[in-house]
Amino acid sequence: MSSENAVPIVQLIAPDGTAVGDTGVGLSDDQMRELLRLMIRARRLDRECWALQRQGELTVYPPFEGQEAAQVGSAFALGPADFAFPSFRELAAAIVRGVDVVEYLQYHRGTWHGGPYDPYASGFAPICVPVATQIVHAVGWAIGARLDGKAACSLAYFGEGSASEGDFHEAANMAAVFGAPAILFCQNNGWAISVPSTEQFAAPIAARAGGYGFPGVRVDGNDVLAVYAVTREAAERARSGGGPTLIEAMTYRVGAHSTADDASRYRDEAEVEVWRARDPIERYRLHLATRGLVDDAWIAGVDADAETWVAEIRAALTVLDAPPASEVFDHAFAEPPATVLRQREELLGDG
Amino acid sequence: MAEHTMVAALNAALRGSLQEDPRTLVFGEDVGELGGVFRVTEGLQREFGRERVFNTPIAEAGIAGICVGLAMAGWRPVAEMQFDGFSYPALDQVIGHVAKYRERTRGRVAMPITIRIPSFGGIRGKEHHGESPETYYVHTAGLKVLTPSTPLDAYRLLRLAIADPDPVIVLEPKSRYWSKEEGELTAEGPGIGRARTLREGSSCVLISYGAMIQRCLEAASVLEAEGVTCTVLDLRSLVPLDVEAIAGAARSTGRVVVVHEAPMTLGMGAEIVARIVEEAFDHLEAPVLRVTGPDVPYPPASLEQVYLPSVERISAAVRKVVAY
Repeated sequence: MSSENAVPIVQLIAPDGTAVGDTGVGLSDDQMRELLRLMIRARRLDRECWALQRQGELTVYPPFEGQEAAQVGSAFALGPADFAFPSFRELAAAIVRGVDVVEYLQYHRGTWHGGPYDPYASGFAPICVPVATQIVHAVGWAIGARLDGKAACSLAYFGEGSASEGDFHEAANMAAVFGAPAILFCQNNGWAISVPSTEQFAAPIAARAGGYGFPGVRVDGNDVLAVYAVTREAAERARSGGGPTLIEAMTYRVGAHSTADDASRYRDEAEVEVWRARDPIERYRLHLATRGLVDDAWIAGVDADAETWVAEIRAALTVLDAPPASEVFDHAFAEPPATVLRQREELLGDG
Repeated sequence: MAEHTMVAALNAALRGSLQEDPRTLVFGEDVGELGGVFRVTEGLQREFGRERVFNTPIAEAGIAGICVGLAMAGWRPVAEMQFDGFSYPALDQVIGHVAKYRERTRGRVAMPITIRIPSFGGIRGKEHHGESPETYYVHTAGLKVLTPSTPLDAYRLLRLAIADPDPVIVLEPKSRYWSKEEGELTAEGPGIGRARTLREGSSCVLISYGAMIQRCLEAASVLEAEGVTCTVLDLRSLVPLDVEAIAGAARSTGRVVVVHEAPMTLGMGAEIVARIVEEAFDHLEAPVLRVTGPDVPYPPASLEQVYLPSVERISAAVRKVVAY
């Protein structure tokens, strides 16, 4: 499709690790290594979560393997005053933002809903399952931040399938009209459960930005430096009053939609292999190794640390029980109606 | 003593809230320079500026959705939906997030949001301009739902809604927007969750809310001439519901008629009758009757009086209950 080619894709590192653009994105060597360390830890935890679900320790879990660069690179570009609004597959971004991972995973353990952690502690909104509603929340937060005169931005994560929802349009249009410091960050991972992006829309998502009146950029979502660079640019523009940006990160969901999904029913394994060859972690490792920033010993150390970290998470998570039954009633209202109080008493007794 | 229309009273309530709390924001379609299609926000943008009182694009889901984000950022949003029949695109955000966010976040993120919706029929409006959406909101756990019947109470309830820490839907009876009432505008008086008795009688109790209160009062006057005296209970607050007042009124006469213009099936009347059966069954002298809109879409202007509970239908139901 010609329209597919109409939007260039920003790429700084090719899948073989060679630099194809300006990789001087303003990060120190330590920060460059940190991006790799975060991606490695995120993948290790993601695979652990899949296993934990199979062992009955988690309810349905949505894996993000293949999308580490899109999430880590974008979240790394945000500052402490910024606010991210995730959908439901953004555990890697949550790790970068410093969300308490054990609290986060309570959602997948079924011990609480989408906001089991303190959203304010790490500027990370509750996990949001209805797929596009959080984009509007991010725009509302951004309007509020701007009214407060804060130099801060919000970033909404959503998938390419979510962009078919009306809320995407209302959020994008409102962001434009109000000049909201919001980044609309689409992870185009190719598949919305079983529906390929070719059956979801007929023109690149990034191209829609022009229709709203703000910049849109397509980036190689498996190139962590490129994702970081375009997100940082969008964040700086937003924080300085330049308004919203739409970023479409071209990536791939290597795994199934969730632990309840069987991707082999609708997807050719050959396609997956093409994307495995574009793996975000291996690409970046090769790049850093070529530049002499990491070696095998460093990688082994990160792997070992990740094992310890994941073991700690697993230990903390698997002892988590259901919260007290009173919590069914405790949080819905600041000032509960009498009917709710009565139902609480009937179901729980005096306790 | 000053006389206020409901529009002026609501306008004063918004002004008072904007003055007292600098975090209060008022927004919606046409609420800026125009002052809203019913003029409830008239003059507010000029007084408080375009940052605190602003127009939005025609995007009801967007309006409800930015309420959530603004609340997270520490603001107190007061949003207007232009008409009942145009509020449905926002239901996804209202049901999915406005009502649930506090619970989803274990109480960490409060939603002090007020959504005003001009509601109900009786203004010879076009289709989609005469709907009674209360059951949708009442049935959504996590919301409070208020509907005033008079100007002074409209002021009080809107002030209380905006000050409330939980999300509140305020259904404004647009057919009563131009009704007048004398008195002082104050938030003092019966709070959220309290019904009020507008007229005392011993033959029967009429329970209603919003625009139908006026017709209940008229029916009570007609019936008084026949020697039948009615208590008229104005619910005001559909969530929380004043079950004590409902049960108390039912016990006082043993005869009850519930009136609303929403369709009968699963309307507020169903809930009220159930509560009466649970709380005051032994005191009932007659079956509780409902006078409601029929289970069909709201009709065109020329037929709306066929649909709306009339003084005659209300009076006939009371006579039937009293004669039982």
